Amino acid sequence: MRKDKIIMIVGSLILLLLFVFPLWKITLLAPQYPEPLGLNIHITHLSDGNQFNDVNNIDLLNHYIGMAHLPTKINVDKGVVAPFKEFVIIPIVVIVLAILGVFFGFIGNRKLYATWLVLLIISGVIGLYDFYNWLYIYGHKLNPNAILQIKDKVTGEMMAYQPPVFGFKQMLNFEVYSYPSTSVYFIAVSFVLVCFAFYMNLKMKTKK
Amino acid sequence: MKSIFAFLTVAVFLVSCNPAPKSSKSSKGALTGNAAEKVYVAPGEYDEYYAFISGGFSGQLAVYGLPSGRLFRVIPVFSQDPEKGYGYNEETKPMLNTSHGFIPWGDSHHPDISQTNGELDGRWIFINENNTPRIARISLETFETEEIIEIPNSAGNHSSSFVTENSEYVVAGTRFSVPIPQRDIPISEYKGNFKASLSFLKINPDSGNMNIAFQIRMPGFDYDLSHPGRGKSHGWFFFTTYNTEEAHSLLEVNASQNDKDFVAAVNWKKIEEYVAAGKGHKENVKYAHNTWDDDTHTATSKMENEVWVVNPEDVPGAIYFLPTPKSPHGIDVDPSGEYIVASGKLAAAMTVHSFTKMQKAIEDKAFDGEAYGIPILKFDAVNYGTLEQPGLGPLHTEFDTRGNAYTTFFISSEVVKWNVKDLKVIDRHPVYYSVGHLMIPGGNSRKPFDKYMVAMNKITKDRYLPTGPEVCQSAQLFDISGDKMELLLDFPTIGEPHYAAGIPASILMDKSKKIYKLEDNKHPDAVKTEADTKVVRKGNEVHIYMSMIRSHFSPDNIEGVKVGDKVFFHITNLEQDYDVPHGFAMIGANTAEMLIMPGRTATSVWEPKEVGVWPFYCTDFCSALHQEMQGYVRVSAKGASTPIKYTLDDEIPGTEE
Repeated sequence: MRKDKIIMIVGSLILLLLFVFPLWKITLLAPQYPEPLGLNIHITHLSDGNQFNDVNNIDLLNHYIGMAHLPTKINVDKGVVAPFKEFVIIPIVVIVLAILGVFFGFIGNRKLYATWLVLLIISGVIGLYDFYNWLYIYGHKLNPNAILQIKDKVTGEMMAYQPPVFGFKQMLNFEVYSYPSTSVYFIAVSFVLVCFAFYMNLKMKTKK
Repeated sequence: MKSIFAFLTVAVFLVSCNPAPKSSKSSKGALTGNAAEKVYVAPGEYDEYYAFISGGFSGQLAVYGLPSGRLFRVIPVFSQDPEKGYGYNEETKPMLNTSHGFIPWGDSHHPDISQTNGELDGRWIFINENNTPRIARISLETFETEEIIEIPNSAGNHSSSFVTENSEYVVAGTRFSVPIPQRDIPISEYKGNFKASLSFLKINPDSGNMNIAFQIRMPGFDYDLSHPGRGKSHGWFFFTTYNTEEAHSLLEVNASQNDKDFVAAVNWKKIEEYVAAGKGHKENVKYAHNTWDDDTHTATSKMENEVWVVNPEDVPGAIYFLPTPKSPHGIDVDPSGEYIVASGKLAAAMTVHSFTKMQKAIEDKAFDGEAYGIPILKFDAVNYGTLEQPGLGPLHTEFDTRGNAYTTFFISSEVVKWNVKDLKVIDRHPVYYSVGHLMIPGGNSRKPFDKYMVAMNKITKDRYLPTGPEVCQSAQLFDISGDKMELLLDFPTIGEPHYAAGIPASILMDKSKKIYKLEDNKHPDAVKTEADTKVVRKGNEVHIYMSMIRSHFSPDNIEGVKVGDKVFFHITNLEQDYDVPHGFAMIGANTAEMLIMPGRTATSVWEPKEVGVWPFYCTDFCSALHQEMQGYVRVSAKGASTPIKYTLDDEIPGTEE
């Protein structure tokens, strides 16, 4: 089989690793949490980032500021939060992209490779926007009966607790860090490989 | 392409931005500088060693850090502890059961850490109780007492609870010989009628559970201390005796007459074989064996009724007496297993016996008569040498890795460092005052960690600010890494710092348990979620299945309880986060508070006596809303028709969301 085809197929199949590794990680550090709490965000679920039960412990702390419950299985089963649609949609998108990539690989057409790259970029941008949107909702849509209601010193408005998509933010006693996790690097690897497949295909043509 | 690689590079860099957990502290050298620097452990830094110091007559075991001398925790063992609810709540009460019924107090003495191949393995720590003879086993993952076994046919379990080098056995002894079996005879008929038992408790290598494998029925002397052989002498156990005079009154005079008492050398490996071959006999006895089930975190007390006993004549060639001057107290074996050091507390001399010589003396039958059928070996045939007049009132010895021994002298109030082979004094240092035991971490093993030594003193007098007639007892930390012992620190202790065991922090700290997993909680009265909480009446018993989580109880309003009811609070801490215990206290309950660790369930009983609405609350400052963590129980008159009702936020728990 042609090398570019193999690379295209391998590159797109790498996306399936998204089912194994977390996509993003939010880390929370506070005086009471010298060993920081961690929230791993996967395409299918949330998981403990550092220690056992981190997700539930973060969820428990969130109730002080009136933040909505996290979409964990326990909370969905309890009915305190709606199931998270993205946990269904994103896996479908990933599978479709992987299958499409394999299919394009077998065909071995560089225009299809390019199309795949564009689809990946579009999916990524939409995903990031959706992530931002959820962080906004979690940070702003707070229970009006929250235990801790702190007003912003400058604006006089109720404090919002929107974690950053990327980088650091101080939220009350917590230092919040948000960074891409393992799966994002696999997306990058996938992207690079497909670019490479495209490049090889292109070179092949010029040689002829 | 380039930009993609750039992105990758940036991404990798960003990943490394995630804050890493606080790394473990580097060990601080204490080789230079003054004493203050050597014991200073900066805020947030960790100590190098754990020191488990017996609480003596407090009945507990206290955990300190070395070199700072800071107290971390008091582990309740033989005494009730109202602070934690130990011995008060339904789960732990059976731990303090004995053949004499529930006993709220004990006299803890000699902690010893389990070993593998003669080195500390840090799995369990054992500690003996002197008054009502018992041995306890404490987990070094949870720092909780997991087992207490009573020793039948014994009184004054002092020569205990030392562990053999592969944790095969932990031993118990008899300091106060008694009629065995107990019977009604004149005290003056002591001689020949009073006996002692040396008990060998087999340790299960997986669970740590103890069972009495056999007891040796010994003459009615006072068996004072003991230590196992190690290395070449592994398989032997050595016990000191006093009152070989078999006096029954005014022992301070009458038990101090003989020029020499004995060290009893017991070949337990040989006895093991005899027992396996059926030697000895079964005796009917009664003793409590209390075990803690970690899954249900509930203790059960079982009354055992038989024990295997061997008489010395059943086991020829397994027990010998080594004549030793003069009412020897401590008996300690050096790391090589060759030198057996006895402290003749009434003689101003240290007697060193040689294991090699002892072996030869046995082979040559170099006997000097016998006592109650036990051969007495000739003193000269076993004695390596004597360190004459190193001080007054020698009690205990520990060793370093450089061939030196460190012996405490109660009367002259000092620690003397001497070379075992040369029998020469190297250094001496006063202690303040009247030292009993001393401890070098790993001192009862093949591998002592000989940087620090702790002397444990019985008298402090003017060492601390006075606190009325009763003042603290004290430990003193020495640096023993150099030729001269250097006093670094005094620190007061709980109760009496009878003896101690030390271990490098690195062996224990990483396996110390942080929380108990709720999913592993098999307590029959546990609740796993708030929705499971409920109140159930069974006759005049009311069972409240309650949960606690920051920062409320569920349910927190309870009605339908009546005067004359017996109310059981079965409370589960639903937290699954490190260092978030909750407490529970009920007004008017004739018991102690309970501290409940994350994932655990505990039960408190309350018998309300008056009509009214009575509050309960969380006693452990758990969160910013701790003060709000409270609730009420409405108590109606006896015979009232108030129905059982329980709510959280005015709804039945689990239905509010």
